[in-house]
Amino acid sequence: MTYLYYPGCSLRSTGRAYEESLLTVFRALEIPLKELDDWNCCGATSYVSIDETDAFALAARNLALAEAQSSDGSVQLIAPCSACYLVLSKTERYLEDYPDVNAKINAALDRAGLRYHGKVDVRHPLDVLVNDFGLEKIAKRIKHPLTGLEVACYYGCQTVRPFATYDHPQYPETMDKIVKVLGAEPIDWPLKTRCCGGSLTGTIQEAGLRLNRALLKEAKGRDADLVATCCPLCQHNLECYQPRINRMYDEDIDIPVAYFTQLMGIALGCDERELGMHRLMKKPSLKHIMHPKGASANAW
Amino acid sequence: MSLPTPPAVQSDDGASIESMKQVVRRIKFESELDLEFGERVAAKAYGQKLLSCIQCGTCSATCPLSHYMDYTPRKIIAMTREGFREEVLNSLTIWLCSSCYACQVQCPRQIHITDVMYALKREAISLGFYPRRLPIPVLAREFFKRVLKDGRNTESWLLISLYLRTNPFRMLKEAMLGLRLFVRGRLTVGRERVRRRDQLRAILTPGRPKNGGLVK
Repeated sequence: MTYLYYPGCSLRSTGRAYEESLLTVFRALEIPLKELDDWNCCGATSYVSIDETDAFALAARNLALAEAQSSDGSVQLIAPCSACYLVLSKTERYLEDYPDVNAKINAALDRAGLRYHGKVDVRHPLDVLVNDFGLEKIAKRIKHPLTGLEVACYYGCQTVRPFATYDHPQYPETMDKIVKVLGAEPIDWPLKTRCCGGSLTGTIQEAGLRLNRALLKEAKGRDADLVATCCPLCQHNLECYQPRINRMYDEDIDIPVAYFTQLMGIALGCDERELGMHRLMKKPSLKHIMHPKGASANAW
Repeated sequence: MSLPTPPAVQSDDGASIESMKQVVRRIKFESELDLEFGERVAAKAYGQKLLSCIQCGTCSATCPLSHYMDYTPRKIIAMTREGFREEVLNSLTIWLCSSCYACQVQCPRQIHITDVMYALKREAISLGFYPRRLPIPVLAREFFKRVLKDGRNTESWLLISLYLRTNPFRMLKEAMLGLRLFVRGRLTVGRERVRRRDQLRAILTPGRPKNGGLVK
């Protein structure tokens, strides 16, 4: 089975390292991935504040394209960005649950010569890696276990609720399980799904920064070596505003924030550049990773 | 942008009363309310569940942003139901909601609270009910326009147009961060576009003008 891949706009700019590391890891695990041809923006939380029908219709174009581009009975569409994942799954769900929405949206798609039959399954990479591929198979391919690395797994909000069914909406564990398989230690922290504020850091910055400060302080207080994320906006917020948070609230926070796929890539022995590690503001210190005999020391 | 402070309250003779600082006393007569407002919003936010809210306050307790809001989510629901249209649409609450859905998964009545907030945002934008230069509705509008035009959104251009329209000085403040992102290849200059932009235009509600029907 081939997965269709929906990158979304962020993975082409601020979140490039997420795309690079995701594709590298899927290649290393030999999971076939094909980019959805001519995808359009999902609309995030913005279109729907203007016009709901148009918002659903534009998101549904991606679902219709996915259906047309796949020969499988049920189409598996991977959306790594939280906002894309949420919007696409919400569209899929509402088209199924509300016949009036379905009629309106299919009428809109029809004007563009498209049709959606309800065959797409929107999936998050965490879900695919754990529930389709399997942790045992990941474990077998680990070359550099991340022993001793304490990781705060941060899921953010929209990957786990309200439409995801693969994990718990408040206290998910999928990423923790992956991190554990990599040989690292997921720390217990209660804020793993507390919102980072999303685009508030660009609009009402004070409110946004306070949310990030709470998350970072908690991770630091629990001695995490790094925060692992699965969303480009969370990564951006938690990483890029640390200096500003330190200045504004007199804090001393300096903690690397990486994508979970980057950690996977390191453990799988992938090339650092192919994982986009050079794009991080602060590279995680991985000195305590035990190198197996014969492995090149300069890799890490 | 600074967050609002509760209005100071004065007694009848004009002297401020320390102990009443947080209390805003105002009488609104039923004839001034929009009694269908609640039902209208409920219809736009998937079902009549909004009207069955038991006012338990779980949403306000769960919301990570409720302490920055002028009215907590629970109050917004109560006020919407009772028809306090202007107060609700003028509130900062609806713009602070970051769509994290924490309240929605906890709500014992399964009210689609995030959809309620979206319905209120749409109502406020279409009626022009938001503070001038508040960046959030501007962001929504710029985002929408950009996507209608290109089918994809290029973050760097989106932010530049947002700051130009709300607070140009903000651009200077963000310049350093922009540079740090740029040297790491995280800010793209080229615009991403979809090939079949004709499909996008066809999908949109007929009669919607090119700019998405947005006046400002």
